[in-house]
Amino acid sequence: MATAAEKAVPTFYVKDEHDHAEGGSTMLGFWIYLMSDCLIFAILFAVYGVLGTNYAAGPAPKDLFDLSLVAVNTTMLLLSSITYGFAMLTMEKNRVAATQAWLAVTGLFGLAFLGIELYEFAHMIHEGATPQRSGFLSAFFTLVGTHGLHVTFGTVWLVTLMIQVGKRGLIAANRRRLMCLSMFWHFLDVVWIGVFTFVYLMGMLR
Amino acid sequence: MAVPQPVETTFLFGRLTWQAFPLHEPIVVATFAVVALGGVAVLAALTWFRLWGYLWREWFTSVDHKKIGIMYMMLGLIMLLRGFADAVMMRLQQAMAFNGSEGYLNAHHYDQIFTAHGVIMIFFVAMPLVTGLMNYVVPLQIGARDVSFPFLNNFSFWMTVGGAVLVMASLFLGEFAQTGWLAYPPLSNIGYSPWVGVDYYIWGLQVAGVGTTLSGINLICTIIKMRAPGMSLMKMPVFTWTSLCTNVLIVASFPVLTAVLALLSLDRYVGTNFFTNDFGGNPMMYVNLIWIWGHPEVYILILPLFGVFSEVTSTFSGKKLFGYTSMVYATVVITVLSYLVWLHHFFTMGSGASVNSFFGITTMIISIPTGAKIFNWLFTMYRGRIRFELPMMWTVAFMLTFTVGGMTGVLLAVPPADFVLHNSLFLVAHFHNVIIGGVLFGLFAGIAYWWPKAFGFKLDPFWGKVSFWCWVVGFWLAFMPLYILGLMGVTRRMRVFDDPSLQIWFIIAGLGAALIAVGIAAMLIQMFVSVMRREKLVDETGDPWDGRTLEWSTSSPPPAYNFAFTPVVHDNDAWWDMKKRGYSRPLSGYRPIHMPKNTGTGVILAGLSTVVGFALIWYIWWLAALGFVALLATAIGHTFNYHRDFHIPVEEVTRTEEARTELLAARS
Repeated sequence: MATAAEKAVPTFYVKDEHDHAEGGSTMLGFWIYLMSDCLIFAILFAVYGVLGTNYAAGPAPKDLFDLSLVAVNTTMLLLSSITYGFAMLTMEKNRVAATQAWLAVTGLFGLAFLGIELYEFAHMIHEGATPQRSGFLSAFFTLVGTHGLHVTFGTVWLVTLMIQVGKRGLIAANRRRLMCLSMFWHFLDVVWIGVFTFVYLMGMLR
Repeated sequence: MAVPQPVETTFLFGRLTWQAFPLHEPIVVATFAVVALGGVAVLAALTWFRLWGYLWREWFTSVDHKKIGIMYMMLGLIMLLRGFADAVMMRLQQAMAFNGSEGYLNAHHYDQIFTAHGVIMIFFVAMPLVTGLMNYVVPLQIGARDVSFPFLNNFSFWMTVGGAVLVMASLFLGEFAQTGWLAYPPLSNIGYSPWVGVDYYIWGLQVAGVGTTLSGINLICTIIKMRAPGMSLMKMPVFTWTSLCTNVLIVASFPVLTAVLALLSLDRYVGTNFFTNDFGGNPMMYVNLIWIWGHPEVYILILPLFGVFSEVTSTFSGKKLFGYTSMVYATVVITVLSYLVWLHHFFTMGSGASVNSFFGITTMIISIPTGAKIFNWLFTMYRGRIRFELPMMWTVAFMLTFTVGGMTGVLLAVPPADFVLHNSLFLVAHFHNVIIGGVLFGLFAGIAYWWPKAFGFKLDPFWGKVSFWCWVVGFWLAFMPLYILGLMGVTRRMRVFDDPSLQIWFIIAGLGAALIAVGIAAMLIQMFVSVMRREKLVDETGDPWDGRTLEWSTSSPPPAYNFAFTPVVHDNDAWWDMKKRGYSRPLSGYRPIHMPKNTGTGVILAGLSTVVGFALIWYIWWLAALGFVALLATAIGHTFNYHRDFHIPVEEVTRTEEARTELLAARS
């Protein structure tokens, strides 16, 4: 025999439904995208791990890397992460001009990072340490260059967002976008820590 | 060292010249003539019937997951014809090329055909069909109105089309890769494959790969975030579960393919030394990397179909699925294990006994959760009132066929056996056994099962049965001889043979392929006949099979918004539960429904990506640069559009729902 509770027809649909706020999945989606991107870097790190000592009688890390330059470079990127953090703090306080200013500072640090990286690349290529020279150099240029390419796109995105914040202010859609770029930017920072340790520091020890 | 050879290029056309048109290949010219005439006829018909505007507004720019799903299926079916044409050509060549005969295909052409067959069948038949099915069904099963990112969904679809367009273009302009479907270096490096074949391969897959990865992210978010209230993870339908696992696999494996193909392109375009034989390159690294993507890929294909079989078995046995929890765990275990077996594709590399043993054992372990699934289906059927409708027939054929394929797989997982059978026709028979017997049969079951949902009428059973028997018998006839030939030591991808005693087996296999051709034709006739007889085959209830999950609770085809009211879920078989406990359809209190707007940006972005890919293949650098800048500008421009949604007015919802009310009343 069915009890009264079983007989009663439960609610089978939402009667009083409200619009779902747009972008409810964006943070999760962007995070998953970042993890897929992380996998690309993982592969590039693995490739570097396999080919990293295949010098083919060419130059080795010790002959090429200038740690003090890389240290300055790393500082630029780390500072840019901090200033992006400041941009997010001012965003929380709804201060449009200050947010844009911190974004601009972040962009400048990013550009400085890219400039130094390009200088380093140019210098190495000038010395004959081209990506074609050995498996080690192919893997080095690809890993570091892919990171640099990401920073470049991040900078383009940053400028786009500065314009959009200027046009529409810190509306919900723009805040969400700034959050995404924030994750992207810090993610690149974390990847760089890996590059700095694994490629540069450990390279000098070999 | 594989230095890029200096190639004759012009600024305007790169290395594209008149010689790129394969006018010296009569077979290709004839194919081109047929395709061109057919294409012109279709375009003319579309223009004549003034369908361009309709197609653009209602389909190409649509962000509706149902329409995108259907478009994916269309793409998959069209490409199936191309991939199958390749298969028939190979079967014919191998059946002919004995006793000194060279057959009718030269080596350059034959090598392209077996490469294109593999690439097309995996990337542009199986993947679009699987993705299309998930796209169509998953939001309906979880009681959602669309996917998490509807625009991205449209963009993903068109990227897949872009990849397919590049691969198809290679037939008439230049050449396709002659490397086999995974393009192992050093053969695929510039030194041994100097012309455009491998570049078509690379850019076709890269463009499509972006779409696949993004659609994976999209569906994960949809399943995690957009389930109807009450649907906890362990109350999700099994198809949704297997889709979730498949999309996790997609996101966790396609980036590997992207990366490894990017490295191969660097080797080819820039002259780096990743996979070269000298200067510190390592070709075996490519083989490892591509199989780290490639093995999960086969589970990406099969898992959703395991979901289909679960839905079908339970529906047509009129019973709750046996062992739901174990089914979910089996799926998750397969998901994880699929990352730990990649090396079994190249035991012969010489990694040593310990490594080979490890991967051999992990491979054999996969048969445990898979076996559990088979028993779950059998126990679901046990004492059920089984209705042998088409989807159920495909499911039973799958269980019989796939089990054999699984067992030959376990056989190949034994490293010493693999040393004998590696790269033999035994392997070819094995993976066709699981892909046709598993993936394709599952897709056909899924198509027959959900067709009435998508179009409001069932598929014609007579032609369906003709197709079924031709396919099943044709499959066994076509591939059992290959097992035998493989055991006799015949290797794959051979164009001519010396030993006349082998010919009979190739002839039998060819007959099998002919039978499958009849099966495909019968399937197309079935669809055509069903459309013609749709009045007779109509289903007005929205629930033609006495279904169990939420997609059967709405009308067929579902309205743009799927559900006028979001359902609330209390049970695994939510719709079954609703029917059993006296649910009555709400007839008033409708509200306007918030939906995403259509946009043409996805088509434009994918079109530009295809142009960039084409330009890179042919070294037309200015076009590549221009296309890239346009791509970036369009993408950024799109972000300046903040008005991406609208409300379906309450009057329209009321009108749609009342029409359905009348229809249901008229029936009863």
